[in-house]
Amino acid sequence: MPQCEHMLLMVAIMTDMIQLLEPLIPALRRYARSLLRDRTAADDLVQDCLERAIAHWSQRRAGGDARSWVFTILHNLAMTELKRRAARSSDVDFESAEAWLPAPPSQESGLHYRELLRALAMLPEEQRAVVLLVSIEDLSYTDAAKVLRIPVGTVMSRLSRAREKLRESVNGNSAGPAERSHLRRVK
Amino acid sequence: MNSRPITEDDLNAFVDQRLDSARHAEVEAYLEAHPEIAKRVEGYTSQRDRLRTLLLPIADEPIPPALNVRHLAEVRARPFRSQWWAAAAAMVLICFGGAGGWTLRGISDPPLRGVASLAQEAADNYAVYSPDHLHPVELRAIASSELVDWVSQRLGRRVDIPNLEASGYRFMGGRVVATPHGPAALFMYDNDHGIRLVMLTRPMTLDQEAPMLPLSQGEISGFSWAAKGMGYSLVGPVQSQTLHPIADEVRRQIAGEA
Repeated sequence: MPQCEHMLLMVAIMTDMIQLLEPLIPALRRYARSLLRDRTAADDLVQDCLERAIAHWSQRRAGGDARSWVFTILHNLAMTELKRRAARSSDVDFESAEAWLPAPPSQESGLHYRELLRALAMLPEEQRAVVLLVSIEDLSYTDAAKVLRIPVGTVMSRLSRAREKLRESVNGNSAGPAERSHLRRVK
Repeated sequence: MNSRPITEDDLNAFVDQRLDSARHAEVEAYLEAHPEIAKRVEGYTSQRDRLRTLLLPIADEPIPPALNVRHLAEVRARPFRSQWWAAAAAMVLICFGGAGGWTLRGISDPPLRGVASLAQEAADNYAVYSPDHLHPVELRAIASSELVDWVSQRLGRRVDIPNLEASGYRFMGGRVVATPHGPAALFMYDNDHGIRLVMLTRPMTLDQEAPMLPLSQGEISGFSWAAKGMGYSLVGPVQSQTLHPIADEVRRQIAGEA
């Protein structure tokens, strides 16, 4: 019966979907949690993201990169969530900021790490997203641009600005813009 | 030997170890000659390393049951929200069960929902109307104001026609079309090469607000989203990179008018 072949195809699509989605989950959780700094909210977001990815699987661009596609869904959900939060209240709780980390930094090195986390939290969301996608999730600059729906040049300039801000806030104010002005900036 | 000047992009790619070996060597030589900049780049590198130390282990945590894809896919299969799940279920019945027609009808009832459904409707209407050379639209661009009145009345919402001339697409006209979720407005555009784009819009019950989602079928690309209770889907036989900025433009115009 030809329909049975059709059914087998459907099952094959489902298997394929699971095989592509499953390995992405750890990274999706990490990205969501690093953006939201909240374990539960981040996992809720990932669940929402996976449900959407499953529901819209057939509309995924054939041959397209599943990782960029799923990260795009997650990123958009995260931005909506952050906007919703910002509208509700603007307080950022730095003290509890480490509860979302798997291993809070040890005492000796703690201060340094805490400064860095605080600086990361203070970055504009769009810059934080670039740092996380590139430095933590190891997305190529092109894939990061795809996820964020911005040109690669914008990825680069956000990355550059974010890194300089992080460095300045961790170092206090060491030599900054003056020495770099002669370098050509690619917008 | 001295080739392209070193850019900030090179420095960042150096930090991320994304340069080819030739360029990497050039940047290395440059940094050796510029200790102040080398110090800054070193700062970036150690900052990147520290962030990785802090954040990478999040991915080592065991995945909670709520995020098990297999379970999620099964849950998804039960209400048959998505078309191919419904089709798979129907096939199971055809192959293995003595199921009557009414059972099948019940199962395949709500095929797709929300923005995904809208995208499907847009693709279907594109397939029907865009190849039509006699009457692709019911009211032509020249009767735009009549068209706006008509679709606004049928949709119960003021619907304006986006202008895509800046992207090279002229408005051809439009019509009211049927969807499983009631009437929708179809607007058609074409460019100098005869490429036609279709935009579909209708009120949304689910997904009142939804971010722009790329949804493609074969040669057809599409972008669908929802804002303020209205769903929008732009589809056409062009690359999604080409269509995306046009969809952004449509969304911008609609947001501006709202």
